[in-house]
Amino acid sequence: MGKRIGMEVSLAAAEAVKQAKVDVISAYPITPQTHIVEHLSEIVANGEMDAEFFCVESEHSALSVCLGSEATGARSFTCTSSQGLALMSEITYIASALRLPIVMIIANRALSGPISIWNDHSDVMSIRDCGWIQYFAENGQDVYDHVFIAYRLAENRSVLLPVIINLDGFTLSHVIEPIEFIEQEKIDQFLPPYQPVHRLHPDRPVSMGGIALPSIFTETKKAHEVAIRSSMSKILDTWKAFGEMTGRYYHPIETYKTEDAETLIVIMGSYAETASVAVDLMREEGRSVGLAKIRLWRPFPFEDFKKATLHAKQLVVIDRAISMGGPGGPVASEVKAALYGEPMHPAVYNYAAGLGGRDVSPADFIKMVDKAEIEIEEGNREGFEIYGVRE
Amino acid sequence: MTKPDSEWTWKELPEGTVMLEPGNADQYRTGDWKTLKPVLNKALCIHCGLCYIFCPDMSYSLDSEGYFIVDLFYCKGCGICAKECPTGAITMVAETEEK
Amino acid sequence: MTENLNVYAVRTLTQKEYFSPGHRACQGCAEALALRLVCKALGRNIVIASATGCMEVVSTPIPFTAWRVPWFHVAFENAAAVASGIESGLKVLMRKGRISSKKIVTLALAGDGGTADIGLQALSGALERGHNFTYICTDNEAYMNTGIQRSSSTPFGAATTTSPAGKVQMGQVTWKKNMPAIAAAHNIPYVATACPSYPIDLIQKVKKAASIEGPGYIQILSVCPTGWRSAPELSIKLGRLAVETGIFPLYEVENGKYHLSLDFPRLKPIKEYIKLQGRFRHLTDTMIEEIEKRVHKEYEELKEKAKKGV
Repeated sequence: MGKRIGMEVSLAAAEAVKQAKVDVISAYPITPQTHIVEHLSEIVANGEMDAEFFCVESEHSALSVCLGSEATGARSFTCTSSQGLALMSEITYIASALRLPIVMIIANRALSGPISIWNDHSDVMSIRDCGWIQYFAENGQDVYDHVFIAYRLAENRSVLLPVIINLDGFTLSHVIEPIEFIEQEKIDQFLPPYQPVHRLHPDRPVSMGGIALPSIFTETKKAHEVAIRSSMSKILDTWKAFGEMTGRYYHPIETYKTEDAETLIVIMGSYAETASVAVDLMREEGRSVGLAKIRLWRPFPFEDFKKATLHAKQLVVIDRAISMGGPGGPVASEVKAALYGEPMHPAVYNYAAGLGGRDVSPADFIKMVDKAEIEIEEGNREGFEIYGVRE
Repeated sequence: MTKPDSEWTWKELPEGTVMLEPGNADQYRTGDWKTLKPVLNKALCIHCGLCYIFCPDMSYSLDSEGYFIVDLFYCKGCGICAKECPTGAITMVAETEEK
Repeated sequence: MTENLNVYAVRTLTQKEYFSPGHRACQGCAEALALRLVCKALGRNIVIASATGCMEVVSTPIPFTAWRVPWFHVAFENAAAVASGIESGLKVLMRKGRISSKKIVTLALAGDGGTADIGLQALSGALERGHNFTYICTDNEAYMNTGIQRSSSTPFGAATTTSPAGKVQMGQVTWKKNMPAIAAAHNIPYVATACPSYPIDLIQKVKKAASIEGPGYIQILSVCPTGWRSAPELSIKLGRLAVETGIFPLYEVENGKYHLSLDFPRLKPIKEYIKLQGRFRHLTDTMIEEIEKRVHKEYEELKEKAKKGV
């Protein structure tokens, strides 16, 4: 059992990057990711880590630098939020199409406009289809653990896909939590140095990033699609190996008091912990409520999700972003897609809550469940509303 | 021989569609593009190599006698060699169909 | 005259071609020739980061590549950022002993659009950070690959599809952005201009830039017969005329000191250059005079800088 230290989650993330022996870090500051890059620069400046760390002139360049260095075979890292992610979004699609195993932490923050520095998931929802493996962390230990899991998974020769670790900006990035640090020797065994399949080196000249004519483009997309779908088995293997090393096992969907629950709250990210408090409160009142936490967002774990939720009467899906003019929240629309093929499935009531950093307390969760149950009772089986709007 | 793009199956693509055969573009016959081709009058040639160095398509190479000879497989018929030849040893003539 | 001295020197260059034939550039493309010469200058131990543009598209239509050296294309505006990543990756891998230490030149290639416009930010950042790489801007004076639209490197008066010669506005209304000066303002060790019409000079400058520690920037004038509406066989002659008229002077800036590579006792009249290009067909005599005055003024300023050793 490693050392257990109370540490701000951003700093723990930086420590994980150090322990993962990352080779190249490109940094551009944006609230609320700043503490991660600040601590990393301290770590490098103090000689605690042998890496090329430099500040670039924009997030677009931050990710572009990572593509360049990863292509030479150097383990690369960057992190961003909100507008920075939007700016580099062009490159995210390219990174995954080129199958470069970069790991990026996103401290989720609302996308402008209006400009907001506070937490919601609209930033990462804007690159839903970019082809990266995407994970939502719930707490500090989760974030720390997943840096190692992400690199081992990404660099696996039958995966070779970049990975995003989402952590809620401020509400998770800036809080102090107990983090159990893993001994360096164990990490070194879990995460050996990166061995690329193809690399940029004069000894074996390759050309990466050519132009694809219509006659071949579809095949390249199919290859990518197959890669991300089939990464699921490797994701599960990596979690299993990690669990065997640390005793902490992760799953695509994690459930809390769902087995006999009629109503399930479905949510991603750190607000799941608040939701679990609400579940406990409701259970004390004898209500049949549980919580299904989606951890793996891409590739979407359809089978695990159905296994966890099909038995319920209704799902209260709490989104942290809105698909404007569309079906409400992105998570709810994917949940509904997951359930569509089933002859019998729960009703889904969808809220968008906690937008732009608005707090969602256990009492709010209870109110949301209350209202959802009533709406569904009255026949509204596919409602969507923004929670807590002042009319 | 590299297969043309329209014949690749998705399984055959390397990861990231990386191209593993350096310089395999040299299988492509850009020589089909030309309407004029360069013709060398060896009597006037001073072996300076300007035709060789100025060719954007790397079509010239040195033969065993020391003359720079064009490879019509690649030559696009731009006429730079003829224009730059200091002695006028190269003339552009219309391409005719090869029987 | 200088060309005559160079005539036999061509034979001393390497016969190796690291940029293969079979690429899909237009007939008479001086940009392809520029890249061919760059490859001759640098040899096989390089890694190229290329921006989107003519050269990227014509050299790598999947599954064919004209590159016999490692080559990487990501997007339009980030050649310098990708090159920064490549340089850092190679550096740290060698330092950690994961690859053997040897000299590998990191080369960034971009057009004028990908340098002076959309790529300016990434270039500025890479130059400021002082990465050990060489940045080459092949300047064909417009966004040629997308169909001849103007860039900030398009010369005054030139007709492009987004700065057409119309009844009210006649061609490009602004003057060509001075990218070498912008690069030099970053206080990098080496800046140069070059032209494939002067192949030995170009090769020497590329070799020099690659051998110097730190960033090097070279702007290579690339005659484009398609975009400039000139005859393909004139691409070398036009490059020469651009230099001889003072429109594209060849010079170097080494640690802030200017050196002219070629000086002429008298500059040729720009009409000789302009009349061979359809993109200048609409220029009035007044406009030509205005252009010539400015060209001469800037040439004199350049000579002053070179004289002062400034």
